[in-house]
Amino acid sequence: MTPTSVVVPNVPIGDAVSDGVDWIKATFRPLLNGISDTMSLLVDSIADLLLLPPALVVVGLFTLLALLVRSWGLAVFTLLGTLLIVSMGMWEPAMETLALVLVATLIAVVVAIPVGILAARNNTVSAVVKPVLDFMQTMPAFVYLVPVVIFFGIGVAPGVAATIVFALPPGVRLTELAIRQVDRETVEAGEAFGGTNRQILRDIQLPLGLPTIMAGVNQVIMLALSMAVVAGLVGAGGLGAEVARAISRVDVALGFEAGLAVVILAIYLDRLTGAIGQPTGRSLVAVLRRRQAATAGSPV
Amino acid sequence: MPAIEANGLTKIFGRRPQRGVKLLAQGADRAQLRREGLTPAVIDATFEVAPGEIFVVMGLSGSGKSTLIRMVNGLLEPTDGVMRIDGQDVTHLSAAALREVRRTKVSMVFQHFALLPHRTVGENAAYPLKLRGVNKVEREARAEEALAMVGLKGWGGSLPSELSGGMRQRVGLARALAAGTDIMLMDEAFSALDPLIRKEMQDQLLELQAELGKTILFITHDLNEAMRLGDRIAMMRDGRIVQVGTAEQILNEPATDYVAQFVADVDRSRVLTAGAVMERPVAVVGPEAGPKAAHKLMREHQTSSLLVTGRDRKVEGLVWEDDVAEAVRTGSEALPVKRDEVVRVAPDAPLADLFPYAAASRAPLAVVNDQGRLEGVIPRVTLLSALAVPGSDSALSPADAPGDDPADGEPVLDTAGAR
Repeated sequence: MTPTSVVVPNVPIGDAVSDGVDWIKATFRPLLNGISDTMSLLVDSIADLLLLPPALVVVGLFTLLALLVRSWGLAVFTLLGTLLIVSMGMWEPAMETLALVLVATLIAVVVAIPVGILAARNNTVSAVVKPVLDFMQTMPAFVYLVPVVIFFGIGVAPGVAATIVFALPPGVRLTELAIRQVDRETVEAGEAFGGTNRQILRDIQLPLGLPTIMAGVNQVIMLALSMAVVAGLVGAGGLGAEVARAISRVDVALGFEAGLAVVILAIYLDRLTGAIGQPTGRSLVAVLRRRQAATAGSPV
Repeated sequence: MPAIEANGLTKIFGRRPQRGVKLLAQGADRAQLRREGLTPAVIDATFEVAPGEIFVVMGLSGSGKSTLIRMVNGLLEPTDGVMRIDGQDVTHLSAAALREVRRTKVSMVFQHFALLPHRTVGENAAYPLKLRGVNKVEREARAEEALAMVGLKGWGGSLPSELSGGMRQRVGLARALAAGTDIMLMDEAFSALDPLIRKEMQDQLLELQAELGKTILFITHDLNEAMRLGDRIAMMRDGRIVQVGTAEQILNEPATDYVAQFVADVDRSRVLTAGAVMERPVAVVGPEAGPKAAHKLMREHQTSSLLVTGRDRKVEGLVWEDDVAEAVRTGSEALPVKRDEVVRVAPDAPLADLFPYAAASRAPLAVVNDQGRLEGVIPRVTLLSALAVPGSDSALSPADAPGDDPADGEPVLDTAGAR
């Protein structure tokens, strides 16, 4: 026994957590199985949907979306990037990863935004939520994989669960920030004219906070993408599985190609969601709207 | 019944503010409360605002005026004292009851406009009605009406970002008007605007007020604005109301040294504007009139000069009696109009700026609006008499006039006439 362990006794936190995990697994088995099945079903159906049409059709759709939402530049990048993914033979795993990211993001956002709103309204909630978020964000990502595998087994479900936990915090934080930073006087105007809390939230705080909230959603997606790859280690499939295979085989070529596919997906998703929060004015939708306004205004 | 009635209203920020109320009752001052970690923003404010009155609360930043106005509509809950609106105690209402008061009785205009940037001007003006659940057709009609009142007819489809600062505040005003409440709170409503626009907005408010007769509680840190708008003015300092009175009372009978110092810098000739002292022109003559007609007018009104104005009331020049008499004698048909000798001044020009002109010209000054139309004239005599301290026997030695001394024996303001 070392001298320090005599002075400071060993507190068995690890054992306690481990026991806790076992207890949860034993007690909530049906619930955990239900969650696991639902998440697998969601991810699989979205992946099937993305893989149903020929790859080139989906490439075309992604390109069109980029043009509609952001700009010509992103559309060109999307076309070239996704074609490269196809040519590398990474299309199927890329779509599986995309499906996992979409499901995890959706669930994370659905949880994060209400929590963020509550935290913005109530200082006590904020004080409780903050350390929990710190914990979630700084705990090494790999550590989540252990309990989720125990809860959900190997497969897509633990991947989604770990991804949600990892990606959630910026969604909550930026939603809270978004609501709190809305101009005080404008909120007062809502109050002064007799608005209820719900009306003020809907008419003033959410619309004015939208760019910041969307920045949060954007961060959620980015973190989800990075975690989705790590989740390949627990059998979540997709590009993560390719990366895991490349590591075990020390296959530089495979690793680089899978990694490149991740980067292309990441840039695409980042620019796309970024444009929703802060419109560039160069999207096809914006251009057409301006043209329409110009022609509608000129004859008068 | 007063529209707004505050009695002993006190607001203290900090932990357990009731301590502060007790301390104040025991005679503690602000510094002592500060040491206790309490910030008294408003202390024992008592005033009444009559229906249809513009009541201005004037104070420098930190004097508690913004806190005071926010206690009227319950954005802040008073620590102590009672606030009544139309006789109803609104001091400690439930959230729902407070909303009802805000929806039906009190609207507000904000310093930085507080418009919803993502909604059109029309939707902004209609917003109070939307909160109240008024149907779309009716609220659009009422918003349109309110926008027309503030001179923004046809702007309903624009976004606030497409408007200038002055126009945005007009939207803020239209929003408060659309709410249809009898009481309007205006929190430094014009302070963020540049001086010319501010004057314009003040004029517009006075015009609207003459038409609508709202009860207005107006907050400002600008004494000139306070004197211009206020039927009565409350002077605030360090959270306390130190004097309530008309502009004249505050100017002539300052209640404390502070108020005296404050208004000492107010030069009467700068508070009063050309528009405030101008007179109706006794007579003007059209440019096509003959010298004989002009001569007759001058004799009737015993003036030595006449302004020449066109049909649109634009000032074109003036004629002198000597020249007209000469023209009559020589039988000339044309008026001997001197176009360059008319001094034109804007209605909002302070009197101080008019002296050089008055000294240089024997003719009355012509007060003209932006379009160059004649609004009134200021003869030299009027200019001088406007500077006399009202009610005093001698404008030049106010200190000799015993009736003018305030009760606490402070020296009477030095008037502009003595400068």
